[in-house]
Amino acid sequence: MSDTLSPEIRFGSNSGQPATRRDGLAKVTGVATFAADNTPEGLLHAVYAPAKIARGRVSHLDVAAAEAHPGVTHVITPQNRPELQGDPSGKPTMFSFRTEVLQDDTVRYAGQPIALVLGETLEAATEGARLLAPQYEVDPVRVALDDNTARGFDPGGFGLPGGASHGDVEAGHAVAARSIDVSYETAAQYHNAMETHAIVAQWDGDRLMLDMPSQALKVSCAGFAYFFGIPPENVTLRSPYIGGGFGSKAIPTGPQVLAILAARMTQRPVKLMFTRQQMFGPAGHRGATRQRLRLGVDENAALTVIDHEGLAETSTFDDFVEPAANASHDLYAAGALRASHRLVRLDVGTPGPMRAPGEASGSAALECAMDEMAEAAGMDPLEFRLHNYAETQPGTGRPYSSKALRECYAEGAARFGWEGRPLEPRQMRDADGLMTGWGMGTALFPCPMFAAEARATLRPDGTALFETSAVDMGQGAWTVLAQIAADSLGLTLDQVEFRAGHSALPDGGVAGGSAHTATAGGALHAAGGDVLRQLGELATADPQSPLYGAGNSSLVARHGWLLLEEDESRRERFADILARAGKTEMIGTGHGGRAPEAAGRHAMNSHGAVFAEVKVDPDLRQVRVTRLVGAFAAGRIINPRLTESQLMGGMIWGTSFALHEAARHDRRSGRIVNADFAGYHVPVNADVSGLEVITVHEDDPYVNALGIKGVGEIGIVGTVGAIGNAIWHATGKRVRHFPIRIADLLAP
Amino acid sequence: MSLFISLTLNGEAREVSIDDPRVTLLDLLRERLALPGTKKGCDRGQCGACTVLVNGRRANACLMLAAGLDGAEITTIEGLARGEDLHPVQAAFIEHDGFQCGYCTPGQIMSAVGLIAEGDAGSDPERIREGMSGNICRCGAYHGITLAVQEASRRMAAKDEGGAA
Ligand code: FES
Ligand code: FES
Repeated sequence: MSDTLSPEIRFGSNSGQPATRRDGLAKVTGVATFAADNTPEGLLHAVYAPAKIARGRVSHLDVAAAEAHPGVTHVITPQNRPELQGDPSGKPTMFSFRTEVLQDDTVRYAGQPIALVLGETLEAATEGARLLAPQYEVDPVRVALDDNTARGFDPGGFGLPGGASHGDVEAGHAVAARSIDVSYETAAQYHNAMETHAIVAQWDGDRLMLDMPSQALKVSCAGFAYFFGIPPENVTLRSPYIGGGFGSKAIPTGPQVLAILAARMTQRPVKLMFTRQQMFGPAGHRGATRQRLRLGVDENAALTVIDHEGLAETSTFDDFVEPAANASHDLYAAGALRASHRLVRLDVGTPGPMRAPGEASGSAALECAMDEMAEAAGMDPLEFRLHNYAETQPGTGRPYSSKALRECYAEGAARFGWEGRPLEPRQMRDADGLMTGWGMGTALFPCPMFAAEARATLRPDGTALFETSAVDMGQGAWTVLAQIAADSLGLTLDQVEFRAGHSALPDGGVAGGSAHTATAGGALHAAGGDVLRQLGELATADPQSPLYGAGNSSLVARHGWLLLEEDESRRERFADILARAGKTEMIGTGHGGRAPEAAGRHAMNSHGAVFAEVKVDPDLRQVRVTRLVGAFAAGRIINPRLTESQLMGGMIWGTSFALHEAARHDRRSGRIVNADFAGYHVPVNADVSGLEVITVHEDDPYVNALGIKGVGEIGIVGTVGAIGNAIWHATGKRVRHFPIRIADLLAP
Repeated sequence: MSLFISLTLNGEAREVSIDDPRVTLLDLLRERLALPGTKKGCDRGQCGACTVLVNGRRANACLMLAAGLDGAEITTIEGLARGEDLHPVQAAFIEHDGFQCGYCTPGQIMSAVGLIAEGDAGSDPERIREGMSGNICRCGAYHGITLAVQEASRRMAAKDEGGAA
């Protein structure tokens, strides 16, 4: 390589580039190893039997029949289950839920594990589990969101959200010139990552090796260690590829604990993979909600009040309340706001966080209610939102760290062609006579940060190794984090080796809250910076270095060189600095997270605007989303190609929420009657066309050192409402529940 | 009671012992023949994650009993690339970001290869979307998938013509 610096490579040159996925080759050739792809020597297969009732107790299991089946090696039931060291009602980590691990014979929801069968083959274990033919004592079930049993709760962090309020809500209602009081319902949804929950567990003495998809490696290690009375560091968790998570793979599940227990009991490796049907049980879900929205505007169409009450389901034995009303916190400049939640206990598995928890369900209701309010005020829905634009955070008056929402509205509307939209519904037909409607919604997603650590090792040849236990569940961590890492040392992407997805690496934190790139990326950036600091100290203190005597602060790294910013002829190669100091490598460490003082000064959110066109068959009332344009401002975009994919994926989730997804319970048995992909609909390719994503430029100096906000979840937010509003605009029908189905539009 | 079947698996003639008549092609590949590239997403023909080519046509491996496949020619994701050379569909999936988590991807790619071979989708996006709708992608990578299939289809058609000329 020539010594001349190539001019196009600047510090930070990797960020902003649409690099293709670094794990792409492995994924298109089938060599990417997902958890259940591991088949160690001596493997036993585990299959759990799920409860077919939702409440009561198991009175009989035909264990003898199962055991007699050829190939079945063990049947584990509450009667013979080996002891666990951790109490299943305990909560050892922030992501622990009370778990069913065959502690007794009670059934608390349909799909709960009631026995575990081990076999030499998957076929044997599957048949063994079927032969158990459980009998039950059945109690009456409660699976409907019922206002009568709703109650409040003390807010308490994860799962028990606080509300919010500012201003005088009653006065806001009283002074309103026009008001609406509407109730929206959202259905229970199940994450259904394509890769079902799986685990391969192997013990070596008191050390445990797990192959398991996890969105939070270190937390999962601690969560499992708790059950087995071993220190978390005795657990090694490998999760190089995760076949989708969406919030469901941060939380250890009962069947996974049982598989580990079986491996300990048999002293053989054990593999357990949920069936698709079993994904509608112990792995969490987005709880159903009923939301009441009371909005008021004054004579000038300014919002006097947003009053958002959320009712959400949780299980009978643990708490996770969908924080839907919180979606109203930060969005519009209302004179007064109240967001509150109540819960209803049902005979269902405990809900949990599912992609955009709170924001998705809450925004669905809020954005439709805003549309209804705009209609009542006789105003264009976009104009109404601009009219009530929050310049500072409602309630606190804090400035936003950045907020290019106005630009999102403008660019999205222009691309969509919003102008000229008739105010009244049922005004548009296409050439084929299909009823056509346009709707829009605003998107907002907060910018939390968790904590992460990373290590950078500069090697003698000037290349570097970066390590953190970050996880790629499809967002693109393998690629995006490597881009950030390379930039931190001014290297090209191919000069960087990046290791992640393994619990022995420095703690990469949690892939959740759309915060992973910012947090783990922040840690990697800091680790690279730590290496540069040390290199600078060596060089500037060494009379033999061209950089001798230069201030460390004015050094930059580029293409394997350290150079003086104001006089680039003074420079030295990383490798030479290391060599002269007699070092074979240099290690830097970094932490990612947000300083508490930074957290208080600004309100921090990603924003967006989504515009939808739907076409409805006038006779059949079949709905097609024919165009969906989303414009998003989410701080610095590290990789536009992967960001577009994330945002589109989110918008497809929004379509799914609006038109497809709903788990339906049989009211008598409590079972979910559509627990597979034939009955539980998610969009297929033919459902998706006319999808467009715009990313609006945004520099955010406050959100974190890298200016990253996160794009994993915001795509859903806003989309649901936009589609609901478009359906109203096409048909004149205001359907106040999701998903919206043909039958809703056929009814007179 | 073991039964032997002959397969041509990714171009290689194999005698395969079937230890259990209940074994599906999918579990044969994944659990017995060390070919876990083919994925299980539902095990009942509803998702397409397990798509392979059987005698040149797309099939859901979870719906086929291995014992019934004596003499069949089977291509899985592991058999698609020629050494270092990716199949055009594989290359196009990377270029157009036709996946996120990658779990549905082996099935999508095999399905796309089958669809192109069926020859009636061409590069018409609407027909590609329809023809690829047996493969669910929960990540929602459909936009990239459609572009990738379109491009691969065009490139393969061009190459065929080039070859014929
Ligand atoms: S696993 Fe075969 S179609 Fe889903
Ligand atoms: S890429 Fe994740 S399911 Fe398709």
